[in-house]
Amino acid sequence: MNAMFIDVQVDAAVAADTALAKKLTEVCPVNIFAQEKDGRLRVVEENLDECVLCELCIQAAPAGSVRVIKLYEQ
Amino acid sequence: MRFYEYEAKALFARHGAPLLRGRLAHTAAEAKTIAAEIGGAVVLKSQVLTGGRMKAGGVKFADTPEQAETAATAILELEINGQKPRGVLVEQRAGVAQEYFAAVTWDGRRKLPVLVFSDMGGIDIEEVAETHPEHVAQVHLSTLVPFSPFKAKEAVAAVGVTGDDLTRLTPIVASLVEVFLRYDLTLAEINPLGKTTDGRFLVLDGHVDLEAEARDKHAKLLTELGIGKEETRQARPPTRFEIRGAEVDASDHRGVAGNVVEFDGDLGLVIGAGGGSLTLFDAIRKHGGRPANYCEIGGNPSVKKACELTKLILSKPGVKKIAVMMNVVSNTRVDIVARGVIKGCVESGRDPADTIAIFRIPGAWEDDGFKILGKYRVEYCDRTVSMFEAARRAVAKMQAA
Repeated sequence: MNAMFIDVQVDAAVAADTALAKKLTEVCPVNIFAQEKDGRLRVVEENLDECVLCELCIQAAPAGSVRVIKLYEQ
Repeated sequence: MRFYEYEAKALFARHGAPLLRGRLAHTAAEAKTIAAEIGGAVVLKSQVLTGGRMKAGGVKFADTPEQAETAATAILELEINGQKPRGVLVEQRAGVAQEYFAAVTWDGRRKLPVLVFSDMGGIDIEEVAETHPEHVAQVHLSTLVPFSPFKAKEAVAAVGVTGDDLTRLTPIVASLVEVFLRYDLTLAEINPLGKTTDGRFLVLDGHVDLEAEARDKHAKLLTELGIGKEETRQARPPTRFEIRGAEVDASDHRGVAGNVVEFDGDLGLVIGAGGGSLTLFDAIRKHGGRPANYCEIGGNPSVKKACELTKLILSKPGVKKIAVMMNVVSNTRVDIVARGVIKGCVESGRDPADTIAIFRIPGAWEDDGFKILGKYRVEYCDRTVSMFEAARRAVAKMQAA
């Protein structure tokens, strides 16, 4: 049995955009995003379940490019 | 947070309360030196955070420094109610003609500080109130309007003290109130407040309890009194379980998952919200349940914090199930707590459906919370089920297990 509640998916183009990666890292209140040394976006797996569903990441990125999935609704 | 007598007296002295000569000794030799400095008869008192010192032999009298040394040796070796003394307070011995009682504490029903004064000090004030109510005066105080010493005078006069005694007792009692209000105390007590045979008024014994939440606010005072940050001053030393609970709470600034207290039952409790912890703990006991712990969660703890608290409770030997219950929440989120406790169960190798006896947290984000609980087949209820009924269901589940 696993206990995962939230998944966050980011389009590859967004993840590769260092400016957007910086923005996503800044807006998330629970540190789900981080930047690699080369500026690319990384999703911090261990923080996923802290997601407060604020949708700031969704608003910060182009429509549909960041998706927050409630695993408990699936 | 309770103070030792010598600390309480040091605090009172800062505000002008009259004390006998004396100080704390850590060794019998030191006690002998202090007794010699004082000269004449002394009293030696064990410094423990518990009552019953006199009966246990923790208070002794000496006429010479040598006798003081012998008495101190015995006191320093004496354990009272499981506590080894911090030291021995060596004080001048005064001939006492009459003993009074003065205390300020909180009246939970009026939600105000109350000053209690009696001209029958030195004995249990509850007993005096029961048998001689005319000898006990109570005056409620305001936390908004500045305190006036006249209030202290009212209390002293109410038991029939007049003249010189009234004039001289009033500033002592007024200073006790000022100490209580200034330092966020839950209790400031002088008992007995003695009138000596030569007509002086003296603080013979004192008790101080500081509101634990006010520790940081009064850090300077505590440092000056020599009270270390590591000193919890609880009724007993914290258990490893409780220390770990404090670590869980300190590990993350988000929300509260603290005040963990260990009990010997088999039902773990994750409880809180607006007095909900105490209510729910009592409800569990009322229904015949045996709590394994007390705790307080609130302020929207992170998933990690709720998870770690759950894991800690489930790690306690004998804990079969946990009950997750709160009053209606607005700040704390139901879904976040649900994620945390389920994660805690799973990471402890337990099935949440079997482990969580009941989940009763209604309020913010409950729709998402209930979806999570439903997915893991955890029994939950909303605000239409009272906390009392939820506690009953939890106990019933334990008894059926």
